[in-house]
Amino acid sequence: MNWVLVVVGATVGAPLRYLMDREIQLRHDSVFPWGTFAVNASGSFVLGLLAGASIASGSYELLGTGLCGALTTYSTFSYETLRLAERGWLLLALANVAGSVLVGLGAVILGADLAGGLAR
Amino acid sequence: MSEHPYPPSHGLRSEAIDPDVDLHAPAQRIETEGPRKWKVLAVVAAGGAIGASTRYGVSQLWPSVWATFAVNAFGCLLIGVLMVLVSERGVVTRPLVRPFLGVGVLGGFTTFSAYVLDFARLLERHRAGALLYAAATLAAAMGAVWLGASAARRLVDRRRSAP
Repeated sequence: MNWVLVVVGATVGAPLRYLMDREIQLRHDSVFPWGTFAVNASGSFVLGLLAGASIASGSYELLGTGLCGALTTYSTFSYETLRLAERGWLLLALANVAGSVLVGLGAVILGADLAGGLAR
Repeated sequence: MSEHPYPPSHGLRSEAIDPDVDLHAPAQRIETEGPRKWKVLAVVAAGGAIGASTRYGVSQLWPSVWATFAVNAFGCLLIGVLMVLVSERGVVTRPLVRPFLGVGVLGGFTTFSAYVLDFARLLERHRAGALLYAAATLAAAMGAVWLGASAARRLVDRRRSAP
């Protein structure tokens, strides 16, 4: 049953990442991958909210493991960083790594604090 | 082409930096035009379901932050191989392969939100362990994507230059 909930959440999360990424690139033309950056940060914030609110197990599989898990991505982030570095944009590559991790961490902590804290 | 609503390509860039979708790649700019939009979204959704449920299965069999670590590192290895084949070298030209395998399966399999949540939870209990986990994931992911891409480039180029 929980497996079905993960599938349903991911069925929404993955296309949402694709569409959000497109929309952000349409509005913000740059070599820095702002689309993935924003998707990872917002998905981390939502997962923080879910973790802080200590929601029921089924809802966590649907919205956390499925939706936020598929909305955010590590593979896209790593390949972008590799391409930036290989193209000679080393500072952009480093900014992508440091920015994504620090903003993602801040977002998940902020979400958790707003919803009641990470203490479990 | 000039009335196209998407940003113009950078002169320097012919292939994608963002493997999910990069509007600097002309073919990807138009992949949501007309009815093909629904085909692309459907394969992304199907791939995402496969990737995320595989990640869930791994975490059920191995309930540890190192499951997320392994999933993320392995997914990065595979995206390196995939992007060489579909984007850099153009070995695979079917238009739905990147949306299905890259955006969907690998994007759904790997996860950034669980990584930062694990990082935040570890920070509250064990600062050194948290930093180790965060740095090890980054190092493994970057090493894996480099390894996957380099090996695939070498193999493709060797086959192409073979007599």
